[in-house]
Order: sequence, then structure tokens, then C-alpha cells
Amino acid sequence: MSQPILELHQIEKRFGDTQVLKGISLSAAQGEFITLLGPSGCGKTTTLRIIAGLETPDAGRVVLEGRDVTDTEPNRRDVNTVFQNYALFPHMTVAANIGYSLKLKKRPKDEIAKAVDEALALVQLTGYGKRMPSELSGGQRQRVAIARAVVNRPRVLLLDEPLGALDLQLRRQMQIELKALQKRLGITFIYITHDQEEALNMSDRIAVMREGRFEQIGTPAEVYDRPRTSYVARFVGTANVLTGTVKAVDGDAMTLACADGCARVQTLGYPFKDGQTVNIAVRSEQVEFEKSAEGCGLPATVKEKSFAGGMLRIALALADGSELIASRHGIDIGVAAGDKVDVTWSAFHAVPVDVEGAHE
Amino acid sequence: MNKPVTRAKPRRSKLWLTVLPMYAFTLVFVLGPLVYMFVLSFLERAEGWGVTNAFTFANYQNILNPIYLDTFIESFKLAITSTLLIILIGYPFGYFMAKLSPKWKKRVMLMLMIPFWTSSLIRLYGWIIIFRANGTLDKVLMAVGLTERPLKLLYTYPAVVVGMVYALLQFMVLAVYSSAEKMDWSLVEAARDLGASPLQAFLTVTLKMTLPGLLSGVILTFIPSMGLFFIADLLGGNKIVLVGSLIQDQLMKAHNWPFAAALSVVLMLLTSLMISVYKRVTHSTELEGLL
Repeated sequence: MSQPILELHQIEKRFGDTQVLKGISLSAAQGEFITLLGPSGCGKTTTLRIIAGLETPDAGRVVLEGRDVTDTEPNRRDVNTVFQNYALFPHMTVAANIGYSLKLKKRPKDEIAKAVDEALALVQLTGYGKRMPSELSGGQRQRVAIARAVVNRPRVLLLDEPLGALDLQLRRQMQIELKALQKRLGITFIYITHDQEEALNMSDRIAVMREGRFEQIGTPAEVYDRPRTSYVARFVGTANVLTGTVKAVDGDAMTLACADGCARVQTLGYPFKDGQTVNIAVRSEQVEFEKSAEGCGLPATVKEKSFAGGMLRIALALADGSELIASRHGIDIGVAAGDKVDVTWSAFHAVPVDVEGAHE
Repeated sequence: MNKPVTRAKPRRSKLWLTVLPMYAFTLVFVLGPLVYMFVLSFLERAEGWGVTNAFTFANYQNILNPIYLDTFIESFKLAITSTLLIILIGYPFGYFMAKLSPKWKKRVMLMLMIPFWTSSLIRLYGWIIIFRANGTLDKVLMAVGLTERPLKLLYTYPAVVVGMVYALLQFMVLAVYSSAEKMDWSLVEAARDLGASPLQAFLTVTLKMTLPGLLSGVILTFIPSMGLFFIADLLGGNKIVLVGSLIQDQLMKAHNWPFAAALSVVLMLLTSLMISVYKRVTHSTELEGLL
């Protein structure tokens, strides 16, 4: 891999008594789409502001194209931001907003006009240059904010929950457009969201954040299929997390004793020993209702069924009282509330999480 | 279905009666005197007391008389000097006040307000004590060794300017504060992010966003500073005559009502002109920080 565009080395930041960032490191390649995913208050925005230069870290370094910019003013960094509230200048027209950075660079007027027109075309707002921001809809303001940030062709574009204020339909459409725009421009995107679906849809890599740390950094498939911790498993794609004891290890898979039954899970190459306590994560859509080929299964009672977003969600109670969620496409699967069933999954679909000593 | 509508209707139709006293008051005590003053300015003064009913432009021509015209020009100069100083002090004051924590905002606001609890005339006498020969200022300056003899500061132009700045500063502070308070500071961050230096960000964003407050502050200080004759009288002796003093003298001493009225009309026109410029520049219909 060539030299990374952006590197964060052990960034720490404290506001008063709160340690907001506890030493985070990240490396982004040219043209990569990286999403910082986490609940509000986990330090996503602070990370972005440190990259932009709007905040100075207490410790650690920010390196842009091999140059240490930790103490560089925001206006001297080849990085632009799409702010959460868009932060369009209300006293300037759309064209003046977009051309602002070029005007500061004292580019000739006709060159600015041309670049502004191109940027407007890029976000499909041709002809809107003379409007004032107050005359635009939320989605249009969003596009102007993006055009303003990319007109300069920064090395890295930072986006702070840019779609957070839009309605669901518009958000879906903008996700696709943003991704296409990013591919076309070849600019590295650092994108913030608390919406795991958005992260899985758009990113090349996802960094799952929790309380000022990166819990896991990986491709959407890695994060989704092989969550490293129960936190990641629950946050991304709401997986079931169960605890069990190792009964027998056989090659790539093993059998656990768990909730008055047995469960199969992959070992992922970790050296598990018999009797060891293990947390496992299994996706709701992988949960089945008959004993597996090995005769393994967990006794459970169907508690309730609900239908949402094209999926049937089945809540089950396990023998130890904990809840397990299964889901299916379609409207019904022939079990009713109160039914006693055996739930199972193939070893391939369950992964051990929170394994000590497990690192990227 | 119809019942609430029919019930609400008579109530609403009588609602205008409640605002009637306000309109009546405004007509009688604001519009009335204005019209009276306007009419008065075209009449001739009578021998001794009052006016005669003869129509004339003489009062307006009289203003162009160099003696009176100079008063206008001097008033303008003083108003411009005072306003510039007020901007220099008041703008940064209001701007940084808006950046204080809520607790400190309250404290500073209180400190701005406390002087208002004392009559402005009494506060001016305080300045006289400070400025007069061998007054507080002279004593301090001589004690420190900056001057050897008392400076004759009272009854000078600078003393009047200080008095004006002191009397009007808080209007600028509050006007700028109310503008800066409403400002979205993420706009400044956006400007910095897009390549603006702190100064460029201030000039292209902060200043533009606080311009309504600044201009409103200018109006709130410039206009009164042409008319606050008692400040000029008390701190400037009889050396500095403002339009305000001129009007007062013409009315109370010379008993030339029509000329006083004509001077007032011209002053009002100038004021209206400034406000219309303000409206055009800021696209706003109310003065920032006035309420």
C-alpha cells in the first residue's frame, strides 16, 4: 500500500474531567471511505474536529500526507468539513458560499465562477447559484454544504453526520449519491454516523467507536460477520450475544454448553480449552428452529412476533431467562407465541467475541 | 360545529377596542405634536410671544445662516468623533461579552445596568468633579508625576467627547451583544475550515453577521449625541453648542418657536435618513438591541 493520506497516532483529548479520546489511532489510504460509527458522546465529532484542526489534541499526532499537522491552523490544512448543521453563510448566495474558499485563495473571478458551476452540477443543483441558503430545502442545503467542501478538492473530506437531519427516503438517496460522488472525486472521506446501516452501506472500512476508543476497525463484512467484541456485535446489526462453556473443540468449530442446551460456534483459530467461558455472537437471521445436524440446540419459548421493515422479528426466551431474537423475511414462519422450540444455528454463523488477546 | 365559530366571532370583532387607547394615545401625543411642529416651522414668529399665521420658508433659510450651519457641522463632528470612539470600545466589549459563560454574562450585564439606576445628570456631575481644575484626574496625574500643573480639562472638547462616550456606550455594547449572541459560531469554524485566517473569518463572517447590531448601535449613539445638549453644556461650558442646545435656546430663551421647529424638522429628517440607510443595508425592520 502506498503512503497513507491521513494518520492518527494515539490521539488523546480531555474536556475538563472527561477523557473524551483515550488514544485512538487510524490510517486512511487515498480514496478510502472510512466511517466512524458509534453512539452519541463516544468522541466521533471530537476526532473529526481534531483532524480538521478545530480542536487540538492533548497527546498524539495528526499526520496529513506524511506531514505532521497536529499544531497547524485549520486554514492551513488540506482538509474540508461538511458540518452537521451545514454552517452555510446565511448572508451569502449559494454561489458565494461555494466559491468562498477559492476567493480566499484569490483565484480569478471567471475561474471561480467555472469551479462553482462545476460543483453545483456535481451535486445536481445547476442554476441554484443565485439563491440564498434560506430559500433552500434541507436536502438542498446539504448538497450546497457538500459542494462548498469539495470545490477545493481537499485531500480529505470530513463529514459530520451529514444526513442526520434528512428524512429516511432522502437519506437513502443521498447515501447512494455521496458514495458515487466519493468514487468519482477519489477523495478520502472520513464519515461520522450513529446509523449502522448507513455505515455498512457506504464504507470501505468502519471504525466502531466506544467511549473514546476504537473497538474494532475493519471492512463492513469483517465488522458484521466477525465482530471482535459483544459491543460491536450488538451495535452493528444487533446480534444476539450468549455466554457458554466450551465442551469440545473439533478443528475449526466447537460445541458450547449454554442455557440448558448446546450451541455450535467457530473457533476462528483461537486456542480454546475445555471448560473455558466464551461469549458468542449470532445474527438474528441465522437463528433456526430445528436441531442442527450434530443434534445441538437450545430449548426456548416463543414470546412474541412483530413485523417491521420487511422482516418478521421473533422474540424467544431461553431456559436461563435471557432473550434471543430471531428474524425472517416474509410475514410468517409457522410458530406462535407460547410454542416450545429448539433454536440452533450452523457453527459457521456464530463467532466468539470478547476473546482476550485478540487483536487485528 | 357552528357553535364555537359563532361564539368566537363577536369576541374577536370587539378585540380591536382594546388596542384603541394605544392608537388614541399615539395620535394625540406623538403624531399630534409632530404635525404641530411641522406646521409651526412654516409660520412667522410674533412680536414678543407666540406665532402669527403667515406662511414662510424664512425659518429654513435661516438655518443656512453660517452661525447656525456651523452648529450643525460642529454637532456632526462631535457626533462622529463620539460614535467612532464608542464603536472602538463598544464593539469589542459586546463581542467578547457574547462569548462569556452565562454566569459572567449576567454579571457583566448587571454592571452595565447599575449606572442607569442613578440620574444621568448626577453622573455627569461626577465627571465634573473628575475633570475640573485640581479635580480627581489632575490630582492623580500630578501624584503619579505625569503632569506638573493642573490640566484644564473641564469645559474642553475632549471632556464633552468623554461625556458622550460615557452616556451612550452601553447602547452600542447591548446592540452588538444582542447580534453576537444570536450568531452561530460554527460559521466561523466553517470559514476557518475553508481556508480563512482568523482575521479573514472575522471580516467575512463575524463582522457581516454582527453588522445589524453595529449599525443599530451607531444609530442609537449618533442621533442622541447630536441632541444631548446638557452634556455639552455641563462639560463644555458654553464653548460647544450642539443642535440640541440651539433648539433649546431658540425655544426657551429666544422664544423663536418657528425657528426651533424648523431646526427640529431638519434634525428629524437627518435621523430618518440614517434609519432608512440602516434598513437598506441590513434588510431589517427593527433596531437590534433596542428592545
